[in-house]
Amino acid sequence: MSEDAPASTVMAEKKLPKDLAAEKGLVNVQIDGHWIQVPRGTRMIEAAKMAEKEIPHYCYHPKLSSPGNCRMCLVQMGMPPRPAPGADPVYGEDGYQEIGWMPRPVIACANTVAENMGIRTSGDLVEDTRKGVMEFLLINHPLDCPICDQAGECKLQEFSVEHGRGQSRFQETKIKKPKNVDIGKNIRLDDERCIMCSRCIRFMDEVAEDPVLGFSQRGTHTSVTVHPGHRLDSNYSLNTADICPVGALTSNDFRFQMRVWFLKETKSIDTNCGTGANTVIWTRGNEIFRVTPRQNDEVNSAWMPDSHRLAFHSLQSDDRLTRPLIRKEDQHLESTWLEASAKAAEGLNMRQPNEVAIIASGRLSNEELYLTRKIAQTIGTDLVSIVPRQGQSDGKLISADRNPNTTGANLIFATDEACAKLDAIREGISAGRIKSLIVLQEDLMEEAGFKQEDLAKLDHLIITHTHANATAALANVVLPGSGFAEKRATYVNVTGRLQRTNQAVIAPGEARDDWEILSALLSHLDKSYQAPASMDGVFNALAAEIPAFQGQSFGSIGDLGVHITQTGVTIPLLEQEKARKESGIIVG
Amino acid sequence: MDIPFLIAALIKIGVFIGITMTFVSVCVIFERRFSAIIQDRVGPNRTMVPLSILGFKKDFALPIGGLTQPVADGLKFILKEDFTPSYVRKVFFWLAPVLVVVPALLTMAVVPFGSPMEFGDTVIPMAVADLNVGPLFIFAIASLSVYGITLAGWASNSKYPFFGGVRSCAQMISYEIALGLSIIPVLMMFQTLNLGHIVEYQAAHGWLLLPAWGEGLSLERWLMLIPLGISFVIFTTSIFAETNRMPFDLPECETELVGGYHTEYSSMKFALFFMGEYAAMVVGSALIVTLFFGGWSIGFGIDGLLPTGAWWVSLIHIGCFLSKVTVFILFFILVRWTIPRFRYDQLMNLGWIVFFEAALINVFLAALVLAYPSIGLMGVIIGFIILSAAATLLIIIAKGATQKPSATAV
Amino acid sequence: MAIIKVQRPKLSPGEKIYFGAIFKGMVITLRHAFRSLIGKSTGAKELNSSGVGITMQYPEQKWDDQLPEYYRGTPALVTDEQDRERCVSCQLCEFICPPKAIKITPGEIPSNDEWAKVEKRPQAFDIDMIRCIYCGMCEEVCPEQAIYLRPDYVVTGTSRKEMVHDKDRLYEIGGKRVGLVNKWNDLK
Repeated sequence: MSEDAPASTVMAEKKLPKDLAAEKGLVNVQIDGHWIQVPRGTRMIEAAKMAEKEIPHYCYHPKLSSPGNCRMCLVQMGMPPRPAPGADPVYGEDGYQEIGWMPRPVIACANTVAENMGIRTSGDLVEDTRKGVMEFLLINHPLDCPICDQAGECKLQEFSVEHGRGQSRFQETKIKKPKNVDIGKNIRLDDERCIMCSRCIRFMDEVAEDPVLGFSQRGTHTSVTVHPGHRLDSNYSLNTADICPVGALTSNDFRFQMRVWFLKETKSIDTNCGTGANTVIWTRGNEIFRVTPRQNDEVNSAWMPDSHRLAFHSLQSDDRLTRPLIRKEDQHLESTWLEASAKAAEGLNMRQPNEVAIIASGRLSNEELYLTRKIAQTIGTDLVSIVPRQGQSDGKLISADRNPNTTGANLIFATDEACAKLDAIREGISAGRIKSLIVLQEDLMEEAGFKQEDLAKLDHLIITHTHANATAALANVVLPGSGFAEKRATYVNVTGRLQRTNQAVIAPGEARDDWEILSALLSHLDKSYQAPASMDGVFNALAAEIPAFQGQSFGSIGDLGVHITQTGVTIPLLEQEKARKESGIIVG
Repeated sequence: MDIPFLIAALIKIGVFIGITMTFVSVCVIFERRFSAIIQDRVGPNRTMVPLSILGFKKDFALPIGGLTQPVADGLKFILKEDFTPSYVRKVFFWLAPVLVVVPALLTMAVVPFGSPMEFGDTVIPMAVADLNVGPLFIFAIASLSVYGITLAGWASNSKYPFFGGVRSCAQMISYEIALGLSIIPVLMMFQTLNLGHIVEYQAAHGWLLLPAWGEGLSLERWLMLIPLGISFVIFTTSIFAETNRMPFDLPECETELVGGYHTEYSSMKFALFFMGEYAAMVVGSALIVTLFFGGWSIGFGIDGLLPTGAWWVSLIHIGCFLSKVTVFILFFILVRWTIPRFRYDQLMNLGWIVFFEAALINVFLAALVLAYPSIGLMGVIIGFIILSAAATLLIIIAKGATQKPSATAV
Repeated sequence: MAIIKVQRPKLSPGEKIYFGAIFKGMVITLRHAFRSLIGKSTGAKELNSSGVGITMQYPEQKWDDQLPEYYRGTPALVTDEQDRERCVSCQLCEFICPPKAIKITPGEIPSNDEWAKVEKRPQAFDIDMIRCIYCGMCEEVCPEQAIYLRPDYVVTGTSRKEMVHDKDRLYEIGGKRVGLVNKWNDLK
């Protein structure tokens, strides 16, 4: 660029802004008096967003088609007047044509920008229009905000404060519609609150591909309903509650549990399958109230399956392990961490290396797996495996691999299949060759196919887990670990993307972060081991040792994660979205 | 040392400590009720004897409500949580309140509460220890209490108590000088250091500040009132300063130092400071009464008419002594609600520049008056001239000391 | 700001000794004490209760009948004239409460209830009266006119637990309030 800089400067004096923009595939748009360049074909609402101007809207959603039926996004638009036949367009001093403003507003969500277009997101016309639209939307609204769960995150509340009239002129009786309708397992419908934006209908149709929702009746009696004989039972139904701008669709699970303004948001990821959907964990005090998806166009778009978002309830169940336990004869006695980890290490130290096996988990984070590898190296055993968890992909967001970190385990153990040695371990235990076993966050009975009588042959069984289970019942030392919302950790999803969770709540009782448990165990096994002071220390050691993680740190991962390896796996929902985006149905 | 003496001493210790502690309670109730009256309030007027706790049908109300308030106060202090902050120096923190109370109680040992009793041949003086160096003993022991306060301030390891401790240390040391010097004329007059004898002398020859009978009616004696009056004023004021009472309560002044040296104390440890302060007040009053107002003597020659050594006479005298002490305690309270608190530099100026010099000159003035019979009028006049010159010089020096350095002076 | 030098009054040598002034002060204090003792101090006549001063003897004498309508005493929940709970547990009072004295557990009204239309009511409603500062923010913020500060001010208890007013206690203190509340209105 620098060589021909003088030449281009000379050229630029002659070139008009429209030509300069066209070179880059952009167009010039004037938004509230400021000229910006946006890509050709951008919707007006998106162009305004780039200019950091908010245009209020209900029905528009970048991941869904734009029917333009809420009319909230009306703005004033202007184009240069068409020159008379034969006349040349007149350019002003700044190189732009004069804009002729249209006397009627247009919707910003479905119109695309054009060269030299003007958009006014404020002004008398736009503000009057918004006032009018708000008044219409509120005519039949029950105004039951004190009861409604959406209060606090309700667009209707926000926009009526910002753009509404403040007082209703409606004297007549409001239309009564069905309230508190049970339309599905997870969703409750309140038709009175609905403003007919049709987001939920479009979502179920376009994304969930289960078009059970629709409008019935006409005029002011229009209401959202499920198709007769169907129910809103899709595993993606709760996303409709997320995108509902008002309180018409609310979550049965979160219903009347807590007002949203009390909740603290913690950015995290979902650990129920290999996709690792980005989430926000909503907590108050030490209690999780809900989990909602967080937009990440490389992972989960803006959606999340219901089964995964409701999985947090198990973290708050009564069968959590809260204190380290040591088995004395036939019962488990509560112990201290120091005693328990010393006892755990003691049973390992007296064994030959090949008498010890470690069953790690694909649910462990990278840091924990790295420490597991260190422990295996210290003991000298190569009998390390994770438990595979294969299921059926639902063709959208749920991956066939239900372990959140299989890719990470493969990278850290430097194999193609981290679960390869599971059969060997099972045989070794059954044959009595393996005397000591470390189990990390797994219940061997159910998913790994171990038998109780085999495990009973072991001399020393150590388990870390969050919940009481059948394997823990047999263990000599039980160490209570933390669940996904209780720790800061990194995972690599099926596509090879390194993502992180953040701590939203504190683990119950004396339960500890798993890396602390492993680090303590390692200190007992190897006296020269210097336990890092924090999670970041473990990650830095991991990044220094494992090639794929080279150069990464907790900070570099960011909220959205980074790709660190190529696995060739794709997420079906993202592929579908890409197709819709290319065909211009959605903005994306 | 014989058995009756020991028994008598033990009984006296018990009784007099009892009386002192009772007086501390009396001080508290007086302080609260009298303050309330001065300020148009009611004060504690409801505390009864809670007999209903013991199973009686009704509580017993005393004729004047609130008389049992000190008991309730004490109970409260005992039952409160005794909180020791983690950052204090524990040993000294615990030692400090003890060091405040013990000296205050010890000084009571030499104060004669009444005229001696006679049982057959044995004469029992109504003081625990009938020492021949009474005032010296009192000053020696009383000056120990500064350790308690200073230690409290230091051991609390916190800024306000520390300031309080430092202030109190400086203040008490300063005023001890004036205190000691101011009673030298008194002792010159009595020519004895035995408090018992001092009181007996006053009973016979008129109180120190009221020489209205016996030998007290001479011109010399009335002339002596000038130096003795000065002594009294300096002594009383210094006692106020020594007991940290208003207007000299800077070590614990709430407006500046939260609670001063006992900010970090709670429960019984705080109560000990409280008791120590009031006990010091009782001792101070007792000392003023003993030295200047005839101690246990009823006065006006009545003591001479009563049989010597009878037990009931002794009791009357004890009663007389305690009434005088009570009057002085009321005086302490009256002063508290009349005179505002001094500024610290004013306090120091008063101690070092006014009282110290005044007490010093006063000693010589008293000496001159006392020496009149031996050196004659001429001697007195010459002495007076020299003394005036010395006094003028002292005043000039003192004035120079109070002058602030000019800002322009190099 | 201008510096104003205040001239201190010049004192005569007699005044400088202060004893006169101190003595005078003590006489004034004493005289006042005596006047107070015989019940002649200011205001004693109006409140001739204690005999010594202007103090009101509280448990025997009360000003309850003179409390204004807007007196801010204990916060309490009210029912409407038909004994229906006004509170819908919107938790705005919990949010606004400066000392965080209010704790609400929201609950759903079962569908077989006559007023299932209202959907929501508090399952538990606790106000910690040890924390409460009687500011009245809860009353001001309530969208359903369900919480009011009543003129009760005697809140006593022998344990912390006792000082937490639960829902039953709050309704007991609050009583009934007449007036239209939209949520019962079927036409609204």
